[in-house]
Amino acid sequence: MDLNYTADEQAFQQEVRDFFAEKLPGDISRKVLEKKRLTKQDMEAWHAILNDAGYLNAHWPEAFGGKGWNAIQRDIFDVEGNAAGAPRVVPFGLNMLAPVLMAFGSKEQQEYHLPRILDGTNWWCQGYSEPGSGSDLASLKMTAVRDGDEYVLNGQKTWTTLGQHANWIFCLVRTSKEGKPQEGISFVLVDMNTPGVEVRPIILLEGTHEVNEVWFTDVRIPASNLVGEENKGWTYAKYLLVHERSGIAGVGDAMASIDHLKHIARDQKMNGKPLADDPRFASRLAELEIDLSAMRTTNMRIMQAAADGAPPGPEVSMLKIKGTVLRQSINDLTRRALGPYAMPFVSEALDLGYNEEPIGPDYANPIAVDYFNHRKTSIYGGSNEIQRNIISKMMMGL
Amino acid sequence: MDFSHTEERQMLADMVGRFVRDQYDIDTRHANVKLEQGYSPEHWQQLAELGVVGALFDENVGGFGGAGFDIAVVFEELGRGLVVEPFLATLLAGTALAATGSHGDQIEAAISGESQLALAHGEPASRYTLNHVETSAEKTGDGYRLNGNKAVVISGGSADALVVSARTSGNGDDADGISLFLVPANADGVHVRSYGTVDGYQAAEIALQDVDVSADALIGGEGEGLAALEAANAAGILAVSAEALGAIEVAIDMTLEYLKTRKQFGVPIGKFQALQHRMADMMIEREQIRSAVINAAGHMGSAPAERDWNMSALKNLIGRSGRKIAEESIQMHGGIAMTWEYAVGHFAKRIIMIDHLFGDEDHHLQRIVSGGPAG
Ligand SMILES: Cc1cc2nc3c(=O)[nH]c(=O)nc-3n(C[C@H](O)[C@H](O)[C@H](O)COP(=O)(O)OP(=O)(O)OC[C@H]3O[C@@H](n4cnc5c(N)ncnc54)[C@H](O)[C@@H]3O)c2cc1C
Repeated sequence: MDLNYTADEQAFQQEVRDFFAEKLPGDISRKVLEKKRLTKQDMEAWHAILNDAGYLNAHWPEAFGGKGWNAIQRDIFDVEGNAAGAPRVVPFGLNMLAPVLMAFGSKEQQEYHLPRILDGTNWWCQGYSEPGSGSDLASLKMTAVRDGDEYVLNGQKTWTTLGQHANWIFCLVRTSKEGKPQEGISFVLVDMNTPGVEVRPIILLEGTHEVNEVWFTDVRIPASNLVGEENKGWTYAKYLLVHERSGIAGVGDAMASIDHLKHIARDQKMNGKPLADDPRFASRLAELEIDLSAMRTTNMRIMQAAADGAPPGPEVSMLKIKGTVLRQSINDLTRRALGPYAMPFVSEALDLGYNEEPIGPDYANPIAVDYFNHRKTSIYGGSNEIQRNIISKMMMGL
Repeated sequence: MDFSHTEERQMLADMVGRFVRDQYDIDTRHANVKLEQGYSPEHWQQLAELGVVGALFDENVGGFGGAGFDIAVVFEELGRGLVVEPFLATLLAGTALAATGSHGDQIEAAISGESQLALAHGEPASRYTLNHVETSAEKTGDGYRLNGNKAVVISGGSADALVVSARTSGNGDDADGISLFLVPANADGVHVRSYGTVDGYQAAEIALQDVDVSADALIGGEGEGLAALEAANAAGILAVSAEALGAIEVAIDMTLEYLKTRKQFGVPIGKFQALQHRMADMMIEREQIRSAVINAAGHMGSAPAERDWNMSALKNLIGRSGRKIAEESIQMHGGIAMTWEYAVGHFAKRIIMIDHLFGDEDHHLQRIVSGGPAG
């Protein structure tokens, strides 16, 4: 064991720092650091910059044009990017669909779709959840019926993140009602410009439009848009859940959020002294740092074991729970740090063009909204209850 | 001891409860938030006519209530409807006035709904410290000249008159030297910037620039304002905590109902023990909060040290357990609770934001630790 970076790792860190310093556009990093709204164009522009530098798919295997980064490299990139104010990449195509296509897609599908994920031609969204099927995903009802060279789709997906920006959606659909529910599910790719696809917004509790309902009425797609075999979709979806571990703990995000919180705690005054010096507040902050420091190592250990070929276990569920709860706790302490100025909220101030004086400190406006919005993280991606069920089942064999 | 309400007080609770149930559903509430003033003047007038504002004040200032339990039952019911009309601001300013015994006509006008009051006390650097006042009141020939900035003034934008705290002597955190003034909101030099809060209420930043008021604008004795501010603060804590209790009751009821009806894996999700135990804990905490509201309401008229120990105990519990209940209500619902459309998120937002009024969990813990055992 050696916790020091090797010379190579140091060089890599410098390379990555230089990249963010030179290539990350100032208005985009300002939005991220000041927690303002990113537009679709911002996200596309950043993807294009990453792609030009070969970083967009650096975590892909070399056989598919990636750099096959190890756990340390991924950690460095994650931490440096978050510190610099780089937007999170939109994961649906890059991190969710791509690994499934690499493992189970046809050669044609790989050749057609993978480059289009990278060059931004296609913006993907994830169509798993339905109104009646959240945690119990296998009960999903949306149907795909084979008709000659086509499938005809009917049903509804919901909670589709950034579906308003997407032009393609990958869906789990029911192709058979026989046997166990898991055995009748298929994985299909749908061009959202096909007639019969309709996207309707869902507004979240803090007023943002981030998720959608997607309705399908007699939507015809080519049968060649089936991934792998019919009725094997559940296996592919599960493969994705256990294999895509990178980023789930949100280490870089948590580190940047703690830095921001420290900045706020030094600026806020309590009885004339910095809040950061208040013993009660300082203890709370220290506990978060202790958790984060351990989690960063847990994350790298698990990533490295996976890269070295360890069979998937409950670790990914552990990272999901720890990562989301820790970041929610940081959000919670940040809103407390603001005192009364956590309350005012001006929605327009989340846009970069807003020129009026801030109400209270300039960092205050987005904090409470962030706290509420991030309650989602322990619900989506398999709720933390479901993750605990997985850990229990795998570790206790019950 | 007796843990039942008097008949009159029960009628008051029932009346406000009925109003909320029959006329103030969540859609009405959202609509009121969107109105120009951020609330409905019509509903406000209606509630004033029903005597709900008067119930917050003692008979000697023209009200017909004013005991801790009156405040508690009214605000609990208001919390069940997330009512946005300016009750809190009226209570704060009115209590400060009542504590000094001056400007009684202002309280009467507020009770009838004729004019609206707000308490402009907190400042950009005061956080939750009650005696931190930088705003100055300089003596002039026949009155005072006020200068300073007031922060997050609840319902400051719709007030006709402001109760403003300012220093006539001392500085920083001195307990002495804070005076209260009655300032018309449209006086020269009063600049009001009004805005909404993240949970749908109204507040304002108020800048006072060379605001001249006459000598009779002084409320109570010169330099003796802190006791009145403490009384207002205690009333405020009781009120928003009772309001949180009302919101907590609704959030728990909705969650319980959802656990019984939402099915996953072929059963109602309430069948999962992982959720059952947490629901049980939430119900325990709700009863703890209800008891703390009773303790605080019962000590509203006690000596300040005893009153404030109970207020801090209550507010600490609201911060601690209220947060848990708000977060769990969302978590145990799953995705649906994250939507604007489904009401539970709005109750959760109010419960959490109440932690930022009159001192949060840590502030009140510290107040109890440093104040010694007064309760
Ligand atoms: C902001 C947001 C974005 C999302 N983005 C997407 C997306 O892009 N694509 C997509 O397909 N989906 C998305 N989702 C959906 C998300 O995956 C589901 O919300 C999640 O799977 C939970 O399902 P549900 O909301 O139906 O809750 P339910 O499954 O109804 O669960 C309700 C509660 O019961 C608990 N529960 C359920 N079963 C058990 C059990 N067996 N034991 C113990 N507790 C249990 C849950 O943990 C939860 O607390 C998103 C959700 C949100 C909120």
